[in-house]
Amino acid sequence: MNKWTRRAFIGAGTITGGGFLLGVAGFTFAPSRHSLVLADAEAKGQLTTWITIHPDNVVTILIPHCEMGQGTPTALAIMAAEELEADWTLVRVAEAPALDAYANGYIVRAAGGGYVPAVLGRGVDYGAFKLVEWFGFQVTGGSTAVRSTGEYGMRVAGAAAKQMLVEAAAAQWGVPAPECVAKASRVTHAASNRSSTFGALAQAAAGRAVPTSPALKSADSFTIRRTSPQRLDIPAKVDGSAMYAIDFSTPGMLYAAIEMAPVFGGTLVSVDPTPAEAMPGVKKVVQLTEAVAVVADSFWRARRALAALAPQFSDAGHGGVSTESIFAAFDAALGAPPAVPKDAAKVVTADYRAPFLAHATMEPMVCTAKVEGGRAEVWTGVQDPLNARSTAAKALGIDAASVTLTNLLLGGGFGRRLPFTFDYVDLGVRIAQAMSPVPVKTIWTRENDLQHDYYRGAALSRHAGALDASGRPLAAHSVYTGGGNGEAVFMPYAIADLEADEKDAKHPIRPGQWRSVLNSQHGFFKESFIDELAHAAGTDPFEFRRSLLVEQPRFKAALEKAAALSGWGTPLPAGEGRGIAICESFGTIVAEVAHVAVSPDGQLKVKHVYAAVDCGDVVHLDGATAQVEGGIIFALSAALLSEITIAQGRVVQTNFRDYPMIHIADAPHVTTAFLRSDAPLGGLGEPCVPPLAPALTSAIYAACGVRVRELPIRKTPLTRSV
Amino acid sequence: MAITTTVNGTPHSLDVEPEMPLLWVLREQLGLTGTKYGCGIAACGACTVHLDGRAVRSCTLPMSAAEGKQVTTIEGLAQQGTLHAVQQAWVAHQVPQCGYCQSGMIMAVAGLLAQTPAPTDDEIDTRLTNICRCGTFVRVRAAIHAAARAGATS
Repeated sequence: MNKWTRRAFIGAGTITGGGFLLGVAGFTFAPSRHSLVLADAEAKGQLTTWITIHPDNVVTILIPHCEMGQGTPTALAIMAAEELEADWTLVRVAEAPALDAYANGYIVRAAGGGYVPAVLGRGVDYGAFKLVEWFGFQVTGGSTAVRSTGEYGMRVAGAAAKQMLVEAAAAQWGVPAPECVAKASRVTHAASNRSSTFGALAQAAAGRAVPTSPALKSADSFTIRRTSPQRLDIPAKVDGSAMYAIDFSTPGMLYAAIEMAPVFGGTLVSVDPTPAEAMPGVKKVVQLTEAVAVVADSFWRARRALAALAPQFSDAGHGGVSTESIFAAFDAALGAPPAVPKDAAKVVTADYRAPFLAHATMEPMVCTAKVEGGRAEVWTGVQDPLNARSTAAKALGIDAASVTLTNLLLGGGFGRRLPFTFDYVDLGVRIAQAMSPVPVKTIWTRENDLQHDYYRGAALSRHAGALDASGRPLAAHSVYTGGGNGEAVFMPYAIADLEADEKDAKHPIRPGQWRSVLNSQHGFFKESFIDELAHAAGTDPFEFRRSLLVEQPRFKAALEKAAALSGWGTPLPAGEGRGIAICESFGTIVAEVAHVAVSPDGQLKVKHVYAAVDCGDVVHLDGATAQVEGGIIFALSAALLSEITIAQGRVVQTNFRDYPMIHIADAPHVTTAFLRSDAPLGGLGEPCVPPLAPALTSAIYAACGVRVRELPIRKTPLTRSV
Repeated sequence: MAITTTVNGTPHSLDVEPEMPLLWVLREQLGLTGTKYGCGIAACGACTVHLDGRAVRSCTLPMSAAEGKQVTTIEGLAQQGTLHAVQQAWVAHQVPQCGYCQSGMIMAVAGLLAQTPAPTDDEIDTRLTNICRCGTFVRVRAAIHAAARAGATS
């Protein structure tokens, strides 16, 4: 870890042509998600986040995170521009290169190296925890960019730059700095009627002493934050010019299609390359440990030739694994339902089941690489370019410094393109190595993508709860398989006896991080069970939850807001129902109400979803709203339809025909409200996912009396009447 | 045997197999990468282009079917530097998230509006089957209605 450069807390410099560069150094991290300790950052930190002010008054903000649809670059630029008092129309963004200097471990850096705080209950949420674990990476994940890089990097950088510009102007004009005002990319001294652009002041500002703790704006003086400027990435996404990894090309480039061992852990035993080699456009059949690739002068020709091969793969001893065997092992690991107090008036038990899920990003995995003379160039789309660069280097047996990695736009991420899941980079560079020095673009088919994902884990959760004679819950216990953590199993309710225990049941299906991670299963489990307790108590599910949230004002306010938005309690036609659920994840509390209709023959229509979101405050209002809408639709598609199943050790599903997604016809209206609280900023990429499934199944129960305990919902007939 | 087709107004003579899908010819031979690969089985619509003015899924459309036809891709949708009404509505409603499916979505909607200038919600539901994983459908619907209104007044 000696690579960390020691510099001042905030560093500044000039650029050719007379501009101004500014960066913010690192921060240390204390074992509480809300407690950032700046004291020794000066000694331990490094330059990370940069603002460049050009002589023509354009401000470029370098973003150490990727754009995968979540709008992070725009939101981070807003946070910097707000403090800088920049004219938003003069702000540009660029993604930081894959270099150590842009690692976002700065927020977790502490004395002596990578200090990892214990996850103490909910003391550290998942996103913050992953940031710690990902120390030294350049990751976009865990719904962390705005609340870490933005709050503790971008704002400080913007404020420091503003202060230096103001001081430069004051010195030039011989007036006191406090009389000068920065606004819309100009500094003005009203009394002497003088004004200058940031661009004109940039060079002088760069020579000023760098403030160590610049004053940040108070929320009531925000002019860009909380508004909805147009996202900076959108124009290129409506005219076909946006450049994703799959769109990259370089002269002389060939294309590769691959077939991987269908059983996880399997290897290539043998393949006769002859049938493919004889086909038009084919350059080479590349045999790798776990895959065979055909390289050709067009992807279609490569794929056609690959289909002519009959490779034999080993199954690594996993050929007998199936969805059934995995769930049988889960069931055995859980054993009997957990014990509940013997004096209970009523005991409720239930099992809930969640399937494996694939990410199915619209852009499949792609990696282009050129390997030559101990060096490599890689062009791909990842949620962590720095770690992907290391993956490429390791695969090639060279130093990371010998690899140049260019990160292009991501056609969806959802957790598929995170550290430790860069198999597509690993494979891509090895195929290019076999063709050295010719550059090769390896494109995964949808079939490759669905069958070789890192899956959202399947899980089984067994619950037991007890009510007293008045219907008050005494206890809610659960045991579960498939993974969990303090945040995912946390219930905010005033129930004296809450317990959730993990049981281990191993299987060879490789696990990944899927949008909202463990909250995606546990949100469904715990909120379904509280709903069942409400019904067992004979109490309205909203009122039941509300009565248990007296000590949790943020939860209570979000719950009440979602209920109010939905018209909770007003009569609905027969066959329609509302359901409610609330979850906190990534520092954000989200309550959702689903309004559904179930026809007499069991056809489900999700009519409307109402979301009340407390993420502390909103940076980019329209972008935040888009994340709520997107999170709900993403979760809905999974809740209604998605299931990856395993047979003979391999994934059964192949493409969107058997792993279907919802269409616009299935998409409900979405109404969003943000609650402003004094809580620190929470994430938004993921927290709207977990409450959707339990709100939906709660609504289905209200509409038709069927309690859905297994996802996807389509597996349960909805034909039983109340 | 060369196949002749006109793409965004420019005639091309292409020496490719007649069964090669139009998608890969557009992307690899002509460098028009705005049209995307998503599934290869015409299930997701990311590859939607116009063939003689009608929306088609190019990932399963063999080049032989494009012989002598007019192909329009997302790159050719704007006219004389002015975005198509659908593209304008997409910007106004800030529709795209990751944006990968949106070329196909826009081409599908432009094709829909060419035939049905003011579609009802039911018509949108029936006719638009493109997949978007980011979940932009709420905005897609609003933007379609906005584009229809703009088209009606232009």
